[in-house]
Amino acid sequence: MSRIRDNYENSLWNRLTRWVNGESDPFQGKMEMEPLREADYVGDSVYNPDRLNKEKIAQYLEDTRKNKEMRAFRVLYCMSSVALCLLLIAVLLLTVSYLPVLGDPNGPNNNEVSARYIEKGMEESGAVNMVTNMILSYRGFDTFGETCVLFIAATCVIILLRKNEEEIENTKETDWTYEPKPDAILQRMTLVLVPVIFLYGFYIILNGHLSPGGGFSGGATIGAGLILYVTTFGFHKTQRFFNEKIYDMVKVGALSMYSITMIYYFYTGANMLKNVIPLGTPGNIISSGMILPINIFVGLEVACTMYAFFALFRRGGM
Amino acid sequence: MNLTRNFVENFPCFSIVLCMVAGIVSTPMKGNQAKRLTLIVVTLVTVMSAATLFYVISIGDSFIYTMGKYPAPWGNEIRAGVLESMLAMVFSLVMLFSLLGGMDHVFKDVPKEKINLYFILNDLLLSSLLAIIYTNDLFTGYVFVEINTIAACGMIMIRKVGRSLIAATRYMVMSLIGSGLFLIGLAMLYDITGHLLMENAHIAMIKLVQEGKYQIPLLVIISFITVGLAIKSGLYPFHSWMPDAYGYSTVSSSSILSSLVSKSYIILLIKIFYRVIGFDNIITSKIVNVLFVFGLVGMVMGSVGAIMAKDIYRMIAFSSIAQIGYIYMGIGLATEAGMIAAIFHILTHAITKSLLFLAAKGLSNASGNQRAYPALQGAAYRHPLAGAAFLVGSLSMVGVPMLAGFISKLLFAVAALGAAPHKILITLIVLAVSTILNAIYFLHTVVRIYTPVNIPEEYKGIHFHSSKGVAFAVFCLICMNFVLGLLSQPITDLIQLGIAMFA
Repeated sequence: MSRIRDNYENSLWNRLTRWVNGESDPFQGKMEMEPLREADYVGDSVYNPDRLNKEKIAQYLEDTRKNKEMRAFRVLYCMSSVALCLLLIAVLLLTVSYLPVLGDPNGPNNNEVSARYIEKGMEESGAVNMVTNMILSYRGFDTFGETCVLFIAATCVIILLRKNEEEIENTKETDWTYEPKPDAILQRMTLVLVPVIFLYGFYIILNGHLSPGGGFSGGATIGAGLILYVTTFGFHKTQRFFNEKIYDMVKVGALSMYSITMIYYFYTGANMLKNVIPLGTPGNIISSGMILPINIFVGLEVACTMYAFFALFRRGGM
Repeated sequence: MNLTRNFVENFPCFSIVLCMVAGIVSTPMKGNQAKRLTLIVVTLVTVMSAATLFYVISIGDSFIYTMGKYPAPWGNEIRAGVLESMLAMVFSLVMLFSLLGGMDHVFKDVPKEKINLYFILNDLLLSSLLAIIYTNDLFTGYVFVEINTIAACGMIMIRKVGRSLIAATRYMVMSLIGSGLFLIGLAMLYDITGHLLMENAHIAMIKLVQEGKYQIPLLVIISFITVGLAIKSGLYPFHSWMPDAYGYSTVSSSSILSSLVSKSYIILLIKIFYRVIGFDNIITSKIVNVLFVFGLVGMVMGSVGAIMAKDIYRMIAFSSIAQIGYIYMGIGLATEAGMIAAIFHILTHAITKSLLFLAAKGLSNASGNQRAYPALQGAAYRHPLAGAAFLVGSLSMVGVPMLAGFISKLLFAVAALGAAPHKILITLIVLAVSTILNAIYFLHTVVRIYTPVNIPEEYKGIHFHSSKGVAFAVFCLICMNFVLGLLSQPITDLIQLGIAMFA
């Protein structure tokens, strides 16, 4: 017994044959979200006018607010995320109570590793500050990696935010276009403060092997001084002594010198060759072998990166 | 320890630092100079990794290289065995071909003054991949995981078109959750073992397990590290960033991200399993069963997503989710055979997925830069090389003999037979179902691109030729696929040797 089906067009077999023949798509128009075709975007703009149509957006928003399913989903979503976070916190707190007590002399992390860092660090690496010894000499590769993290983070911010001078000129007025503010008190105080901040930053960097501090903290101090200067006197004045060319030069110079030092250190260390960098007398300002130059390179890199972050977020260029 | 080192033993360290230096000096360069430098560096790294591989095979053991003058529990170390150097070689080769194959599009998709930045990201990404592969130190692993994440994020968002910014944000959030869990796990691991170097931590770990101390923190550590790295590599329920990230970034980025970046986390996880916690302890902790279940679910759900996808890039991205599921399923079998199959599938997928992305880009170029299926009809006739490449990639992923994918599936099936009894049947069934689903979405696309269609008006008289670099890259990737499919025995032997060297 056979009969003519009245909706043959929609039958499973017909859809299957059409799909195998490549004539139709079974899911055409059934997905909830349509991926945007690339043809929708002309040039660099992410937005097409339709997507910025406020009425449409409002309509859409209103719809979702009235939509009961969406609301239920959102409540469920919030509740489950709170529950998940509470669970995670509970697990972590419970675990911490089982971990060894902090500072316990018999604890697992009071072993031969930290003993050597403390007892022999000064004699082997030459710096009085044992934290500096550890991060720049014993575990120098990790710190080199961390510096590269900073470098690549700056690169990503540049990718995201840097505009060329034309674009900056053409942007609408924002609050930074009214800078520098004609504020006599601020400018006077900045002129007094900035040299002191710079000096203190250099002190932290150069004394990194003698007292607490080092490249990262000193560089951050210098970067803060630069940011204070630029907020007071504006970008045009700052560009006279710190623009993108100088930024590139300082950054590339510091990082290349750092990598050369590290390659030399890795190569001589691993091949048991003699390291010709003299360690000097611990406690002197010029001592501790490669730690002092590395602190200077790291400090320059960190200062540049701090300032670059600020300038890119504020203005889109240096 | 021997006092004089063979010069080859410097190569792993040199290749990591060389990539970092290349990234640093590319900052003031023009796009073209940075491109040349990157290609040279990637080629050099390939050569050095190959030399390391031959050296390690010839001495028959792995070697340890101290990064600096301080040995094991005090200073950083890297370690090269057969598995490490082989992975480094394959990864740098795939990276070279992905870059060559997508070079034209890099120059089209990336703003002109930012092209050198794209190559900086590539250099540092390669350095982090190598460091993650070679590291013998847990914290070094974490530092380079960070570099890897940021570089990958930059590579997605550098093409500010479509959903790439949204995709980059999603990727960043998911990745940072993964990194955070991983870091918490590492901190607690250091707290109970007192070591960051893998071997010393392993010795302390054995002692802890024998004495039965810190059982609860150990369980939490294992689960945090595993879940963190699984989130980062995109295991099934944490896959939501993948389709957009792979679909909207420039083609080199998508093929590098899908074939290399997500795999590097899996390799780090395998290393931690074997070299720090000990695979026996992992099996007793039952975390492998969790990975096994999510791997199986991912194998099916990724394929279902690929069938539902309406455009070719999303299809390939969802297929990646399924393949990640295969890899975790292999790890979850908790046998050595399963691990070998998983590592072999890492290689298979790295080679095949980059080929598929390059081919898909060629096909969509030949269809007016459209990506939806209806527009792609007959694209293989308009762009024969891309069509052939897509055919080979699809057949490999489906598992046709002579190609790499067939060997993976065979290894998985054989490994399943040797696994725990309750895992055998379910693995084989899901493997079969997943293969059928793979065949449905890949062959449907192949049929579509090989369906003749009258050439639309706007394409008449236009011939789509790939530039020499693209053709070379695609040809090499096809060859590598056949090599992996036809010479599988020596390669699995090498993987077995590498895993034996882990212990």
